[in-house]
Amino acid sequence: MEWLMWFSKPENTKPLALIIFFVTFIGIVIYVYGSKKRSAQLESYRDIPFLDDRPGDQDDTKDKQ
Amino acid sequence: MAVTAYSGAEQYNFDIVKKFAVMSLVWAVVGMSVGVYIAAELAWPFLNFDSPYFSFGRFRPVHTSAVIFGFGGSALFATSYYVVQRTCQARLFSDGMASFTFWGWQTIIVLAALSYVMGYSQGREYAEMEWPIDLLIEVVWVAYLILYVGTIMRRKQPHIYVANWFYLSFILATALLHTFNNLAVPVDLFSMKSYSLFSGTQDAMVQWWYGHNAVGFFLTAAFLGMMYYFVPKQAGRPIYSYRLSVVHFWALSFMYMWVGAHHLHWTALPDWTSSLAAAFSILLLMPSWGGMINGIMTLSGAWDKLRTDPVMRFMIVALSFYGMSTFEGPMMSLKEVNALSHYTDWTVGHVHSGALGWVAMISFGSLYHMMPRLWDTTLYSRKLIEWHFWLATIGIVLYIVAMWISGITQGLMWRAFDEFGNLQYSFVESVAAMMPFYAMRAIGGMFFLTGTVLMAINIFMTIRQGKRESAAPDAGLAVRMAQA
Repeated sequence: MEWLMWFSKPENTKPLALIIFFVTFIGIVIYVYGSKKRSAQLESYRDIPFLDDRPGDQDDTKDKQ
Repeated sequence: MAVTAYSGAEQYNFDIVKKFAVMSLVWAVVGMSVGVYIAAELAWPFLNFDSPYFSFGRFRPVHTSAVIFGFGGSALFATSYYVVQRTCQARLFSDGMASFTFWGWQTIIVLAALSYVMGYSQGREYAEMEWPIDLLIEVVWVAYLILYVGTIMRRKQPHIYVANWFYLSFILATALLHTFNNLAVPVDLFSMKSYSLFSGTQDAMVQWWYGHNAVGFFLTAAFLGMMYYFVPKQAGRPIYSYRLSVVHFWALSFMYMWVGAHHLHWTALPDWTSSLAAAFSILLLMPSWGGMINGIMTLSGAWDKLRTDPVMRFMIVALSFYGMSTFEGPMMSLKEVNALSHYTDWTVGHVHSGALGWVAMISFGSLYHMMPRLWDTTLYSRKLIEWHFWLATIGIVLYIVAMWISGITQGLMWRAFDEFGNLQYSFVESVAAMMPFYAMRAIGGMFFLTGTVLMAINIFMTIRQGKRESAAPDAGLAVRMAQA
């Protein structure tokens, strides 16, 4: 279990944490922006709030009628 | 992506949404009234009436709990139940459980308010409720989580819309925060009093890990969920960038967890801990502004709506205040700025620019959008919305300007030295210097409260109109035709 002591030293864990978090973040950015096909797929989800609209859903005040 | 045609309100459980929406307005009026009263107590201390029951110390948590958990919490329950059903195209997983969350949550707010006035408090900011109420919160919150996840699991839409991610992260994080911050040992089984499991610096750190994440997840992530659904709906166009919303979500959820210790600069907390928190606070500016830009740019190509649609104006002003307070927050987390701002009214102003400018304004906009649809009618008066908007905006500006001046003055007076190296001002001199600004703040609060009362009247009339129309469809049609 001696190897666990390596994690008890901030000079080891700080750069390790930096690498893990930075790589994860870059991974998310690449996943989101890296492929045109995936980008198009993701952007298609923008329309979900409008999928169960009723006709005339935009009129919300008496004055508009 | 599955496309499901709207098949009528009976497909969804809107009854629970209506209940929470109405109660959010009731708590808004109650909580803001108490807020105005305690602001007036600071400006005109005779209002304490020499009674502990009217004192600032007891009323202050009544105000914060009523506005954050009563108004904000009920608005979040209402909108999250509305959004999850409509974006998943599925009815809530259990009507009984939904009803339990409603009665449980309202009971919690009432019990909390009563216990504070009676003098029971854990002394933890935004978590003042004593242990029996904390246990009730735990049960209600777990029911909320099960209900939300259960509804998502029965969705007809394969993709989970991003607003639900924000709501879910708020529910999960709040469960975690509430549980660990309230680990306490009761003095006796039949006593309201308890003592924290933590002590000293650790206790302070746990409290501010909770405190700032309550801001981050309860008052930010959850209301961003609201924003990601209601801004596109009101604008009549989809969110500017879905990909940006994904990056916004992960960056925000990750970074908020680290920043709590910036509340403890220059204390017994190890220096590196609060420095790390400050570094994450600065980093947090990027996802926060990414989200703000995403919301505001949704209006791209339809900026005229800002002139023509008062509900949209609430939402865009909310996003602007979100941007402003998420700039101010990181700035105040810098150690040198914090040395001036901490323990002063500047912090109070900052909190209110977020709470009134962002949280309340986005809630008002969302409720104005949602409530007429729930009662299948139109808003009673557009003029009242316009009045509400300007009263709220002027109220916020008065409030935060007063607190900026007051806070910076306090900070400068506390650190001023005379030529002999003694403190130049006594504490009471700094209190006396605050008085005009306390009056200005109370007046700002009155403006904001008046706007909220106008909204409550407008919504009350809208509901009455909706009920009349559904009771007599022909008469409703005749009224509409006459107005047209």
